[in-house]
Amino acid sequence: MAGNFDLNQPLVGAGLESPADEEGVHVSFNQLIAEQCQAGERLDGFELQQLDEESRDYVAELGSGFESSGRGLYDIESDDDGRQTDPLVSVPWSSATMKILSSMPSRTIGRSRGAILSQYYNKTLQLRRRSQSRPSIRDFSHSSRPSIRGYGMEVDVIDGPQSEMEKSERLVNNLQNLSMGDRMKMLRGMPLSVVEKKELRRKTLQRDKPLTSSSKIPCCSQLKYYIIIAVRHSWYSWLSFLHSLQLWQFLLKRVGGRFGTGVLSYFLFLKTLLFFNVFLFLVTFLFLVLPQAMHPPELPEERRNFTGLDLISGAGHFTDTLMYYGYYSNFTLRRSCAGQHNTSASSAPDCLSKRLSYNMSLAYFFTIGMSFFITCIILVYSMSKSFGRSFRIDKSYSILAMKVFSSWDFKVIKKSSVELMSENNCTQLKEILAEVVQKKEKTGPCQALWRLMVHGLAWAICIGATAGCVISVYFFSEFMHKDLQRTARLANTNPLLKEASLLALPALVSLLNLLLPGLFNLAAWMEEYHSPSVRTYVALGRNLMLKVSVLAVLCYHWLGRVAAKPSDINLVCWETFVGQELYRFLIMDFIFTLLNTLFGELLWRLFSQRVLGRGRKPAFDIARNVLDLIYAQTLAWIGVLFSPLLPAVQILKLLLLFYVKVSSVMMNCQAPRKPYRVSQMTTIFITLLCFPSFLGASVCVTYTMWSIPPSTSCGPFRHLGTMFQAGKRWVQELEKNNPDLSVVAKVHAYLVENPFFLFVGAGIFLIVIYFYSQVVDGQRKVIALLQEHIEKEGVDKKYLITQLQSVHERKKGISRRLRSQDSGC
Amino acid sequence: MGATASQLDKGMLSEYQELTFLTKQEILLAHKRFSELVPKEEIDRINCRIPMSLILTLPELKSNPFNERICKVFSTSDIKDGSLSFDDFLDLLSAFSDSATLEIKSHYAFRIFDFDDDGTLGRHDLEKLVNCLTGGTDDTNLTPDEMRQLIDNILEESDIDKDGTVNLSEFQHVISRSPDFVSSFKIVL
Repeated sequence: MAGNFDLNQPLVGAGLESPADEEGVHVSFNQLIAEQCQAGERLDGFELQQLDEESRDYVAELGSGFESSGRGLYDIESDDDGRQTDPLVSVPWSSATMKILSSMPSRTIGRSRGAILSQYYNKTLQLRRRSQSRPSIRDFSHSSRPSIRGYGMEVDVIDGPQSEMEKSERLVNNLQNLSMGDRMKMLRGMPLSVVEKKELRRKTLQRDKPLTSSSKIPCCSQLKYYIIIAVRHSWYSWLSFLHSLQLWQFLLKRVGGRFGTGVLSYFLFLKTLLFFNVFLFLVTFLFLVLPQAMHPPELPEERRNFTGLDLISGAGHFTDTLMYYGYYSNFTLRRSCAGQHNTSASSAPDCLSKRLSYNMSLAYFFTIGMSFFITCIILVYSMSKSFGRSFRIDKSYSILAMKVFSSWDFKVIKKSSVELMSENNCTQLKEILAEVVQKKEKTGPCQALWRLMVHGLAWAICIGATAGCVISVYFFSEFMHKDLQRTARLANTNPLLKEASLLALPALVSLLNLLLPGLFNLAAWMEEYHSPSVRTYVALGRNLMLKVSVLAVLCYHWLGRVAAKPSDINLVCWETFVGQELYRFLIMDFIFTLLNTLFGELLWRLFSQRVLGRGRKPAFDIARNVLDLIYAQTLAWIGVLFSPLLPAVQILKLLLLFYVKVSSVMMNCQAPRKPYRVSQMTTIFITLLCFPSFLGASVCVTYTMWSIPPSTSCGPFRHLGTMFQAGKRWVQELEKNNPDLSVVAKVHAYLVENPFFLFVGAGIFLIVIYFYSQVVDGQRKVIALLQEHIEKEGVDKKYLITQLQSVHERKKGISRRLRSQDSGC
Repeated sequence: MGATASQLDKGMLSEYQELTFLTKQEILLAHKRFSELVPKEEIDRINCRIPMSLILTLPELKSNPFNERICKVFSTSDIKDGSLSFDDFLDLLSAFSDSATLEIKSHYAFRIFDFDDDGTLGRHDLEKLVNCLTGGTDDTNLTPDEMRQLIDNILEESDIDKDGTVNLSEFQHVISRSPDFVSSFKIVL
């Protein structure tokens, strides 16, 4: 070990070598100090070398690799403004000390191959041990949890300065004993170059071969080997297939390259919504639309012809089609027994029972229920994953460090965008610096009161505007309802006019949705927010409040007014009417969004550039656009029950919207100047999609299924008290036919109908959450302790370095005395 | 074993798939783009290296202020001139790909930000980093006072053992708490 470090070696340059140089790595300090002391006693032979050393010692400039920090160890010059430097470091370090410092493990951990090999040797060892007793910890990523970070990151120096060959051999040995999947994961995750990894892999496989080609292996494990290879191969081809299916990859790359990750997140959110709708559409198509299409029911006599207005209003020709609830039959569909000879009457029932039967009402009930349930699971899963990624467990705020280390967006390619991003970075850094450094200004009570008043006024305006909207929607819907009642009583009404008048309410709601966010922006412009993120959240909150209240009023209108007394407006099938309403709302919303994007943004850009004279294009308002998407998706979810083909409409709408938005963004907008925390906002959007949006839609649908009596003459649930009874009846029938399955019926009766189990389930859930929060608290304390510990270790390190330096100084002093004695003689 | 300019054979393709985080399509696309950059004379030479100046003509790297550092970090050439072979190019794309782990990304990010290659981020490294981030032109630079304050704050936040530099573990600790890092440390061909 001592041989690695040799004072007699000529030192390159100023005594510093790059830590990638393998010499002098992993030398422990104690031995060095002991060695130095010993060397101090045997001075004769060292005189000449000491002279060389000394001349290099006073090299003040030791290359650019040294920091002059007021608090650091390695301060060479004193600061000009007389800031307090550490009194221990006033003398220049000796070159020997420098060499040790530059090759310390904490500095070489990332660079030297030997260190990486040792580290991965330890990891594979742990993996091997763990795979024998319990499942291996798959996630070695640096999560914020210190308990996982502690695994496998032990001291690399424990193995001592073995040669790289030995370390490599041991690593290869470990790799061979891992399973195929683990081995690949390890190899992939190693921060070595591809060339080195190829070497390791080759060595690993080389030793594998004799084992597998031996004929002593029983054929079943050889079979297992072949199966594993086949599975791996098919998994790779599946992954490449998925990758080649990437929708819109080129367009998304262009958008990301020009606008950065923030604007890109809007388009990725659009893509996510598209997949949700595709899933819904597939489920309803396979289980509802297809069977019904194969057995069309008898249609009523009057069937209107197709007019252009039908596309927008969804009524008219479309009323008695697959699109709406009313078309679906409630009996069990059976295939006809045509072509069979009816020799006796008894063969007819045989024919019926042997053929496949499809209970339409049950299918309808279960399909809707299951698709909602699966959507809920997917949403909660993605929300929790997204939340886990952005939640920070310890309270220390390293905003500046995080901003500096992770703010450069490598996706941005276009030169002007890069310049814009640099400018934004500069502004944001200055802002954050001002925030962090500046102590809070003591605002006088007058100022605080004034600010409070301004905020209060802005909120009053917003809440007042929202309330005004809600009331206007309420009264307008009541007016339309009464109008419909009146026209229902009249004998001859123009059907086209009636349809057109139905478009009034959706148009009003879309108009309000368009104009009010502008008003909120004005109110926000009046207030001054200290931090831009608070402003974003406030804007988001206000928009959300508006949309939620408008949707609540609409739901009351449909379920409370229309569904309660459908005969008032001469409705045979109120569900079809509600489905048509939702279709109209979706289409109107789409039309208004298109108009706003095509004309509104274009006009605003021209206005701001020509009239206001601003040099920049307007920024793309990500939050508002995402809220619009969430609103439309809520409508689609509410509407699936009443119109099974509504997801298809939503898919077409999203596809068109994507292309329109991309072209508009490219032409009219620029990236937002405010700092935009992408992953936090993405988490918020998924949470908004899950909580107010999906939860509201499922509450609506559940209420409809549970308490509102369906129409008696149309749809799959006619002649039932509530839609829910379809499931209940089926269970009762099962019990009747097969008494063994009475358990199922009892389970159904207790779990689904009795609310007690719901409470117990919720209680257990809350207890589990409480446990986890206690664990998080404990881990926070552990983190604080560990940070203290590391600081103390740093102090130890400083002490050892200064001891080393003082030993060297003593040695130098002795040798100088000896030389002066010699020269004197 | 290297890549010829004509075609990648299946064995090498599956080997690259196993050793990097790239899918088959990405590897083939990388091969195509790499072959376009190879000068005509060397098109038949196995394992040819492309000089840094040619790599920097790629649109994905052209305007990036860290482009030279990226080439130097991923280059395995002996003369350390930043030239990349096909294996190095795949290494680059793999570290910047969608499925690379946080550990790999933070490891290479650290090496890219370590301008003087001494294994830690000292004051000079941090200063150069901030200059790269803000563009380096006169009106977007921070004043020396602001720069000093900024670096002091960064060191205070991230230097746990108080030695005046940020080493790899401390860097990875900061990065692990920053959820935006993974999404911004991406380059797609």
